[in-house]
Amino acid sequence: MSRSEPALALPAARTLAARHRVKWWEALPWLAGIAAFFFLPSYLAFGTQVLITILFALSLDLVLGYAGIVTLGHAAFFGAGAYTVGLLAAHFGWKEPLSGLVAAAAVAGAIGFASGYVLLRTRGLALLMLTLCTMAILQESANVAASYTGGFDGMPDLTFAPLLGIIPFDVLYFRSQYLYALVVLFVCFVVVRMLVYAPFGQSLTGIRENVLRMHAVGAPVHARLVIAYTVSAAIAGVAGALFTQANAFVNLATLGLDRAAGVLIVLILGGYGRLYGAFVGAIAYMVLERALANAYPTAWQLGVGLTLMAVALFARNGIFGLADALRRRLAAPGSK
Amino acid sequence: MNAALLETRGLCKSFGAIEVAREIDFRLERGARHALIGPNGAGKTTFVNLLSGLLRPSRGRVLLDGEDLTSLAQAKRVKRGIARTFQINQLFHGLTVLENVCIAVAERLGAGGSMLRPAGRRRDVLAEAVGLLETLRLEDDAGRRVHELPYGRQRLVEIAIALGLRPRVLLLDEPAAGIPSAESHIILAAIATLPRDIAVLIIEHDMDLVFRFAQRITVLVSGAIYAEGSPAEIAANRDVRAVYLGSAADA
Amino acid sequence: MDLTGILLGGLAAGMVLFIVSVGLSVTMGLMGFVNLAHGGFAMLGGYVAVMSMRHWSLPFPAALALGFVAIAALSVVLERLLYARLYQASELDQVLFSIGLVFVLIAAITLGIGPESQTLVLPDWLRGQTDLGFIRYRTYSLALIAVGTLLLIGLWLGFERTRLGARIRAAVDNRRMAESLGVDVGRLFTLTFAIGSGLAAVGGGLGAEILGLDPQYPLRYLPYFLIVVAVGGLGRVTGVFCAALLIGVLDFVLKVEFPKGGSMFIYALTLMALLWRPQGLLSRRGG
Repeated sequence: MSRSEPALALPAARTLAARHRVKWWEALPWLAGIAAFFFLPSYLAFGTQVLITILFALSLDLVLGYAGIVTLGHAAFFGAGAYTVGLLAAHFGWKEPLSGLVAAAAVAGAIGFASGYVLLRTRGLALLMLTLCTMAILQESANVAASYTGGFDGMPDLTFAPLLGIIPFDVLYFRSQYLYALVVLFVCFVVVRMLVYAPFGQSLTGIRENVLRMHAVGAPVHARLVIAYTVSAAIAGVAGALFTQANAFVNLATLGLDRAAGVLIVLILGGYGRLYGAFVGAIAYMVLERALANAYPTAWQLGVGLTLMAVALFARNGIFGLADALRRRLAAPGSK
Repeated sequence: MNAALLETRGLCKSFGAIEVAREIDFRLERGARHALIGPNGAGKTTFVNLLSGLLRPSRGRVLLDGEDLTSLAQAKRVKRGIARTFQINQLFHGLTVLENVCIAVAERLGAGGSMLRPAGRRRDVLAEAVGLLETLRLEDDAGRRVHELPYGRQRLVEIAIALGLRPRVLLLDEPAAGIPSAESHIILAAIATLPRDIAVLIIEHDMDLVFRFAQRITVLVSGAIYAEGSPAEIAANRDVRAVYLGSAADA
Repeated sequence: MDLTGILLGGLAAGMVLFIVSVGLSVTMGLMGFVNLAHGGFAMLGGYVAVMSMRHWSLPFPAALALGFVAIAALSVVLERLLYARLYQASELDQVLFSIGLVFVLIAAITLGIGPESQTLVLPDWLRGQTDLGFIRYRTYSLALIAVGTLLLIGLWLGFERTRLGARIRAAVDNRRMAESLGVDVGRLFTLTFAIGSGLAAVGGGLGAEILGLDPQYPLRYLPYFLIVVAVGGLGRVTGVFCAALLIGVLDFVLKVEFPKGGSMFIYALTLMALLWRPQGLLSRRGG
C-alpha cells in the first residue's frame, strides 16, 4: 500500500486492521483432522461425531458467544436439519447428500428466522423459556407425526446416494463420512469466521456487551439478532443433516434437551466467543465422555456437574480462557 | 425567526398518576450551546430520554428540522441526527476504546451490518475513529479495554462515541457527573472542541461548567419549564435562585 | 373419570407445583438469579421425608418438617458459599452453575441411595377417600388442595401484613431503592432462599405420591417449575398460584384425553403467554 495511512501509526489501529489475518496456528486443527484420518483409522466413526458436534457448537457460538443470546433450545435446529434429510430420504427418495444439506439448512434457517423474529424481542428468563418451548414443540410434533418420523424409535436404516455420485458412505469404518464432515465443517467454519471478523460480528459483540448503547448508536438491533439467529440455525441444521447422513438414522433425541444442554456444555468448556472454543470443547468433552461415561455413568455426571459449577464460578472463559490467562501470566511474570 | 433545529410541542409524560413531563415547549437552535438545569427529580434526564427516543411521550411531539420524530425509536432518531451520552456510562466495557468508537462510526457509515469484508479492511472507519480519539486526547488509551480506564477517561469515551455519530443535535446528560471537580475542566475542554454547527444541549449540576458553557439556559422544575433565558437573566432571576440555586449563590 | 374428578386431580397436582415453585419465583424475583437447581431441593426434601419415615419411623408431618429444616439449612450453606458469588454474574454463568448443581445432586442421590424410585408410604389418616357431601374423593388429594390453599393465604398474609414481607416486596420491586432505605438485602435473600428451598423440600415430600421420587425428578419436572414461574411472574405469589393450578389442571386433562402430544399444548400455551406478557400473566408491568 503506497497510500499514507496516518491512522495506522497507532498500534491499536494496526492491531484492529490485522485482526482478521489468518494466523499460522489456525492451520493446526485442520492438519490434525487430516492426520487423524491417516493415523487413527479405527476411530473415524467417533471422529465423525466429534466433527458434527464441533459444527453444532460453532453455530451456537455465533448466537451465544457473540450475540449473547442464552438459549437452551438450539437442538431445535439440529433436529430440524436431521429430520429434513431423513424424511427426504425415507419418503421422497431424495438421497443425494449435498442437496440434502442445502435443504436442511433452508428448513432449519426458515424455522430459525420465524422463531427468532418473534422470540428475540424478549430477554432473560422469558427468552430462555421460549427457546425451550420452541424446541419442545418441535420434538412433540415429531413424536405425534410418528407415522412419518418413526416416533420415539426414529428412522433407522436410512440409505443415501454416494457423494458426488462416486464416493459411497462407508458404513463400517466411516472413512468417507469423516472426510465429508471435515470438508463441510471447513466450509461452514470459513463462513462463520468471515461473519465474526466482519463489522456484523463486531456489532453482535456490541449487542452482547451493551444493547442499550447499540440502540443509541443507531444499530438495528433486532434485525442483526434475527440474522445471526437465522444463520446459526441454518448451520445447526447442516450439522443435524450430517448426523443423519453419517449415522444413517435419526430419532427424537436430535430434538431433545440432552443434546441442547450437551452442546451448551461443550461450548462453555472450550470457551465461547472465541471461534476455536467449539473445537477444544468438543474434543475435550467427547474424548472424556467416551473414556468415562460408559464405565462410570453416575461418576461422569457428578464430574460434569462439578466442572460446570467450577467453570461458572472461576473459569468463565472455559479452557481457552484459562490458557489465555496462563499465557498472560507467563509472558509478564513480574508485572502487577 | 429561524425555525429551531430541535423542538418539542406540548410534550407530556406520565407514569400512572405521576407526571414527569408537563406541556414542555422547548426549542434548540442550530449551533446552540444550551444548558438544562433544575433540582433533583425535576425530570431533566426524562426529558432527554423523550428527546432521544428512549421514552415515548404520553402526549405532544418531538420535531427535528420540522420532521416529526415522535413515533420513531431510538436507533431511527440516531440516523436522523440525534446523539446522546448517558448519565451513567453506557460503553462496551470489555472492548477497547478504539473498538468502542469504531462501532459507532461503522454504524453511521452504514457499514455496521456488512458481513463480507473484514472490519479491519474498513480503513475509513479506522481513520475516523483514530481522528476522534486524537481530538479528545484519548489516543494513548486506544488499545486499552474501557473497564481498565479511570472513570473520567471513560466519560470522554462516551463523548467520543456520540461524536462518531456526527450528529446534528448532541444531548449530554451530566457529562461531568462522577468526576472530581478538579478534573472537570477536561470535560469542559472536550465540549469546547465540539464543532460549531452542532446544537448541544447539556444537563448539568456543576454551575461553574454551566455558566461557562451556555449561551442559553432552561430551568426545569417538576417536569415543567420554570424559566428560560441567557445566563445573565437566569442568574439574576430571584425565583430561580430561590427554587434552585439557593441564597448561597449570591454573586 | 368425570370432570370433577379430573379437576380435583389437576388441582392437587397444581398445588404441589405451587408449593415447590413459589420459592423459586420469589428468589428469582428478589435476586434475579436463574436457579435451575430448585427442583433438586424438592427432590432432596422428598428423600429426607421418605428415609426418615422408613428408618426412624417418623410420622408424616414430622418427616416433612424435618425435610424443611434440613434443606433450608443446606441451602443457606450453598447460598453463602456458592450462590452469593454469582449474583453479579451473567445469566449464562448462573444457568451453568445451577445445571451443574442439579447434576451433582442427581449423581449424589444415585450414588448414595440408588437409581430406583422411592415409594412414600402415606399415613393411614391420609389414605382412602373422604366424603365431602357433593363428591367422594381421595383424602390425600383433598389434603393437598387444603395445604396449598392455606399456604397461599399464609404467604399472602406474610407478604402483605408483616414487615419482613414488606421488605421482600420492596426489594423485589426495586433493589437499589430498598438498599438505600436500609434494607439488608444480602441477609434478606439468604432468609428468603432458605424458606423457598424449605418449601420446595416440603413440596417434594408432599407430592411424592403424585410426582414420584427418583433421582431424575429435578430434570423431569424442571420445565414445569420454570413454566409456572415464567407464566406466574417473578415474585408474584398469587400469579404463581394461578399459573400452577392452570398448568396442573391442563396437564392432567391432557394426559387423560390426549396422551400423545398433549404436552405440546402446554408448551404452545406457555409460548403464547410469554410472548404476550413476558413478565408474567398477572404482573403489573404488562408486555
